Amino acid sequence: MTKTNNHSTLKTENLSIGYVAKKQKKVIATGISFELQKGQLVGLVGENGIGKSTLLRTLTKVQKPLQGDVYINEKNINALTQLELAKTLSLVLTEPVASKNLSVWELVALGRQPYTNWVGALTPEDIKHIEKAMELTDIKDLKNKKCYELSDGQLQKVMIARALAQDTDIIILDEPTSHLDLHHKAYILKLLQKLAVNTQKTVLFSSHEIDLAIQLCDKLLVMTPESVIIDTPSELIAKGVFNRLFPENLIEFDGKTHRFKIKN
Amino acid sequence: MNSTSTYKLPFIALSIVLVACFFVNISFGSVFIPVKAIFKSLFGAIDNTSWQYIVHHYRLPKAFTAILAGSGLGVSGLLMQTLFRNPLAGPYVLGISSGASLGVAVVILGAGISGSILSTLLISKWSLVIAACLGSFVVLLAVLAISNKVRDTMAILIIGLMFGSITTAVVGILSYFSTAQKLQQYIFWGFGSLGNLSWYELLIFFIVYSIGIILSIASIKALDTLLLGENYARSLGLNIKRNRFIVILATSFLAGTITAFAGPIAFIGLAIPHLTRQIFTTSNHKILLPAVCLLGAIVMLICDTIAQLPGSDYTLPINAITSLVGAPVIIWLLLRKRKMVF
Repeated sequence: MTKTNNHSTLKTENLSIGYVAKKQKKVIATGISFELQKGQLVGLVGENGIGKSTLLRTLTKVQKPLQGDVYINEKNINALTQLELAKTLSLVLTEPVASKNLSVWELVALGRQPYTNWVGALTPEDIKHIEKAMELTDIKDLKNKKCYELSDGQLQKVMIARALAQDTDIIILDEPTSHLDLHHKAYILKLLQKLAVNTQKTVLFSSHEIDLAIQLCDKLLVMTPESVIIDTPSELIAKGVFNRLFPENLIEFDGKTHRFKIKN
Repeated sequence: MNSTSTYKLPFIALSIVLVACFFVNISFGSVFIPVKAIFKSLFGAIDNTSWQYIVHHYRLPKAFTAILAGSGLGVSGLLMQTLFRNPLAGPYVLGISSGASLGVAVVILGAGISGSILSTLLISKWSLVIAACLGSFVVLLAVLAISNKVRDTMAILIIGLMFGSITTAVVGILSYFSTAQKLQQYIFWGFGSLGNLSWYELLIFFIVYSIGIILSIASIKALDTLLLGENYARSLGLNIKRNRFIVILATSFLAGTITAFAGPIAFIGLAIPHLTRQIFTTSNHKILLPAVCLLGAIVMLICDTIAQLPGSDYTLPINAITSLVGAPVIIWLLLRKRKMVF
């Protein structure tokens, strides 16, 4: 596979995000411009309440930007129908699936909905995608289990498999590692890295696991109260961005060990 | 492969049970008719014309009404549970049947107030059906509007109960102003009865029921997608507003027409989908929809057979029987909490 990094899968231009409530604009961040390419694993980090979810919602057309544009495969997302968007962008959200009675296989199969006919019948082609998604996420053994029987870690793998089955160029995950123990946090992020490389998808996730993200991501989107910065982890460390991530009175970033430490 | 199994065996078994229940149902009634005579009367004329009349004009329409009502209520329960993603949702609990009742009350009782000439025009069966469907549609829209604001499962159910109370209150006001005759007509309707439908009424019933079922079938894919929750469903390219509207329309047609013809029947809509999930351990609506139809029809035929009190002259209100059967089922399911997932 030849890497064609010349065109971006996900791009924003001078994006402002926020809400309009009661005729008042509440601006969360402005001037966000970045480009993500195929096969990249990108982490979105920032403190609680900084607007990571708002940014993800704006990128996925759930909410409108206050200003600026989002492009997917160099098309403005406003020009894409909901179905076209579903074929280029899949999601893993923090909310649990509504029906815990779904079996793993059924849940992953629902990822094929944008491609199936009016009654949702699966073609052999669909089944091939489902099987492949389950293989990549290593959940074949679970296929007949019900969702309520799964651990949080297994469920997260299943949700990622569902997003894979949707066969999109971009996967966006909102805090895929919350609720997980350290081992599973690392496992999930490592899995995402593997998927980005092997399937050449663009994988963007928000996370609080900054030290893990530094080790695994190709690029990091860092949201600070002042600005949104995107760069490779090593560049960000060199620039000292992580020191500006949190209020300075409690923890500081140690540039040598790439870890946050509690101030004495 | 288990994951894509088609549940052929349970479907065949249930179909056989349905046919058996159908014949058992038409075999029993307040008048004893030998089984042989019943079979003969189905396929041709028999000597005893009163037996013939009972089977053709009373028992057969009643059995068909039971099948339509049971399957229709089961389907509307299934639609509601998926749409509200609430295992305790059903046409009765959410106040949809109450809405339909209100429509009927307005037609029956309101007609008495608005004058006699108008009343004969108004109480045609069609107007009853239309009023009931409109009533359930309005309540559904209201419940949906509120459920968008209130995410809490229990709150939605309480709101459904409140709609029931409002309906009772409005009916109370209407009955205060209506004649004794109209009031009696309404009260008898409120007991719920599967009998007394002519073939012509059954035809109206069947037409509206079919529209509801067709809309439900058209919603299968949307319902499957909604199992993930609305945000996921949207990310899969589902037009939520349009599909939600179709599901609501289907439920209104089903619950409305059933309530108009058979009275408010409790618990079938809520219990049948759960019973179905005990047999068919899938969430796939392609399987669940026909399964719910079959099981709903079976349970309704059984309830009706019990209501007949075979061998006696009495007929119990069908609503009492369905509550006696349905309410314990719900309690049992609640006690086994895990099985209450939908």
